[in-house]
Amino acid sequence: MNAPVSDTHASVGIVEPKLQELDQGVTLQCGEVLPRLELIYETYGDLNQDRSNAVLICHALSGHHHAAGFHNETETRPGWWDNCIGPGKPIDTNRFHVVSLNNLGGCHGSTGPRSIDPNTGKPYGEKFPTVTVKDWVKTQAMLADALNIERFAAVIGGSLGGMQALQWAIDYPDRIGHAVLIACAPKLSAQNIAFNEIARLAIKMDSVDGSSDEMLPGLGLARMIGHVTYLSDDSMGTKFGREVKSGDIEQGRDVQFQVESYLHYQGSRFAQTFDPNTYVLVTRALDYFDPAIEHNDNLVETLQPATAKFLVISFSSDWRFSPERSDEIVDALVAAGKSTVSANIVSNMGHDSFLMDIPRYFTVLKTYLASVADELDT
Amino acid sequence: MRVDLRHVADFIDDNARVLDLGCGDGELLEYLQQSKSIRGYGVERDQDAIESCIQRGVNVIEHDLNSGLDRFPDDSFDIVVMTETLQALESPRNLLRELLRIANRCIVSFPNFGHWRCRFQLLFRGRMPVAEHLPHAWYNTPNIHLCTFRDFDEMCQLEGFEVVERSVVDPKYRKLTTKSALSNLFGTTGFYVLGRGK
Repeated sequence: MNAPVSDTHASVGIVEPKLQELDQGVTLQCGEVLPRLELIYETYGDLNQDRSNAVLICHALSGHHHAAGFHNETETRPGWWDNCIGPGKPIDTNRFHVVSLNNLGGCHGSTGPRSIDPNTGKPYGEKFPTVTVKDWVKTQAMLADALNIERFAAVIGGSLGGMQALQWAIDYPDRIGHAVLIACAPKLSAQNIAFNEIARLAIKMDSVDGSSDEMLPGLGLARMIGHVTYLSDDSMGTKFGREVKSGDIEQGRDVQFQVESYLHYQGSRFAQTFDPNTYVLVTRALDYFDPAIEHNDNLVETLQPATAKFLVISFSSDWRFSPERSDEIVDALVAAGKSTVSANIVSNMGHDSFLMDIPRYFTVLKTYLASVADELDT
Repeated sequence: MRVDLRHVADFIDDNARVLDLGCGDGELLEYLQQSKSIRGYGVERDQDAIESCIQRGVNVIEHDLNSGLDRFPDDSFDIVVMTETLQALESPRNLLRELLRIANRCIVSFPNFGHWRCRFQLLFRGRMPVAEHLPHAWYNTPNIHLCTFRDFDEMCQLEGFEVVERSVVDPKYRKLTTKSALSNLFGTTGFYVLGRGK
């Protein structure tokens, strides 16, 4: 193994979330209007004088605005992508001004199902309007306007975040220099949608019979299902094998395998912090994402307006969004004549690889983004 | 720039769409972008080479040529380049067919196993040839499909590939102007411009 590419001790330090009110409101793709909205975000690194070094981080299903650093001295876990964002790290805060937000419909401070519906005076709950990737990108552009950022040097995202970066390149070609798409797909497969629907049903079961399990609500079960799809058979085997946590396997009594215990823990922890309506809304946005649908399923034609340069990264053991799915994007980009770099990283950690500091992955990302920063300096 | 790449560059038109298979560190594409404003893509499987391409600002697709070229549609490029790679492929003939499906012109270069040094080493020393243009020992060579110019010519004829241009260089990359029988003896590297033929 090579030495880690990034200095994991280097941190952006204590960061403070900020709230941006967008009182002009927004008309969503579904036709509904939100008369006003708020987006919570954090920034790391300084914006340069000509305001050209801003980079937007788009989060995935369960992500949020707190991507790097700590909120206070007692916080034990840093932001969700702290291994990648910071001074000297692949997304280098010595060179970039990083903007990371919680998307519309989220449950970490941006307007979402937990917010008060001005029409009823009560929280939106499951009545929160359908939000799409296109809506997210639109509201991210509104945030950029409010922050007086005309153009992002790069828009970066993994998984669902990569889909937002792709949509950025299509919808706002003049406002994005580079699109970095990690462990991404141009649209979901039937299998992907199936897993999402099972997860949604788990959540809905709670409200149907009211017999919500205190220990593990439907959202926890949804998370367990999702979690299995983020890992690989190989990585689960390495991590847990058939290790038994409690019970007697020979007598077949009260056996709990390590993997079961782990999933229960993940599920219940997630259910305590995340909003079930947000989960339903975000998985729907994933299912609906299909930018080529407006162009007779022709992805090449869909990509024509893009002027950004693309970096597309996939992981060998990712079966949720496999390397073949990334290659669909790459091949369409090449056919459309767009600047493209693609890398397939060997990893046994499945879809979750995009959150790991895999040496080659971080080297590719760092090398690419260093050249993006160099472009800005010249 | 590598001398053989300069040689290849001579065959490429301005503004062409170029696919460089086994593009290495992207030197050729960078040169062609700057001097001929081509639109190029490299295909490479070596990690370090891919990183060099990124540093040079060259488009590069991570892909193993041995897994085929299905992903590139018919006539999607003006010209396909493959330098010093043919001999290391699992199925060189099939790949050449693919090259001429993707573009109606391709340039391939490869080392000549018929060079007199190779013949000499095998004939008089009874050993697998190691030479300037074939520097590897038998046990660690990536070159699994070596051929002579005459072999290659014969395959082109069998396959119906049109040899549009053929040039042969000596170890110092000087062009040989000799007849083909002698070039097969004294040439180390061959550059073939192939077309689809009739």
